[in-house]
Amino acid sequence: MIHMEYYLIVSTIMMFAGIYGFVTRRNLLAILISVELILNSVDINFVVFNRFLFPGELEGFFFALFAIGVSAAETAVAIAIIINIYRNLRNIQVRNLREMKW
Amino acid sequence: MEITLETIVFAVLALFTTVNAVLAVTTRRILRAATYLLFVLFGTAGIYFQLNYSFLGAVQLLIYAGGITVLYVFSILLTSSEGDMAEHLKGYKLVAGLIATCLGLGVCLYITLRHDFLPSHFEHGELSVRTIGHALMSSGKFGYLLPFEVISLLLLACIVGGILIARKR
Repeated sequence: MIHMEYYLIVSTIMMFAGIYGFVTRRNLLAILISVELILNSVDINFVVFNRFLFPGELEGFFFALFAIGVSAAETAVAIAIIINIYRNLRNIQVRNLREMKW
Repeated sequence: MEITLETIVFAVLALFTTVNAVLAVTTRRILRAATYLLFVLFGTAGIYFQLNYSFLGAVQLLIYAGGITVLYVFSILLTSSEGDMAEHLKGYKLVAGLIATCLGLGVCLYITLRHDFLPSHFEHGELSVRTIGHALMSSGKFGYLLPFEVISLLLLACIVGGILIARKR
């Protein structure tokens, strides 16, 4: 029998690894990877709360399911924007992005 | 706490996931970061399987590990040249990020571990796909027809937006 807190510890560590990457990385794709880590940790939390606290309900399950879909959409659009930036500036480092219009 | 197979499986999954999550944000090569992210997603799918949510684990493997990671790898190969490494951070930035992260982690872990949750129990049993389908397609109470349709619109808008942004002018 594994207690619920252990799952929460795993997801908390994953979340703060994502936050660390978000504030320290200088590459747009690396920042996006950190955002994926954060989203993923929140999905784990939803599923664990659903399984342990409300086993008869489905709310957390569906929230995680829709969050996966939304994060897929977010990644696709963000990568389109990043590729467009690369086409215009030949660079995706954050410090080179002074303005977002061409 | 006696050691059972379940405990060992969970310990391996948890260690695998957390180590890869930390490696994904600390490695200096961006392609390796994407690979570690793939391992994190595999570990998460394993946690879902262990919680008896096989459908969610399969969705995680299909969409995240199958789709999004491939998208990442392609865009990394398109946008970074060979031997491209992240620059070393300046000292104070690294220290500030580390301190902020460790403080937040400490506060969150403290609150989580001090909190008394409702009496929780793990109920074994697979969630049948029939139940998921009925809940997803019913419009009554506890039905998810409206979010289902909204997310289909969102994905359509995302396809159009992606093509519009990334096309050649």
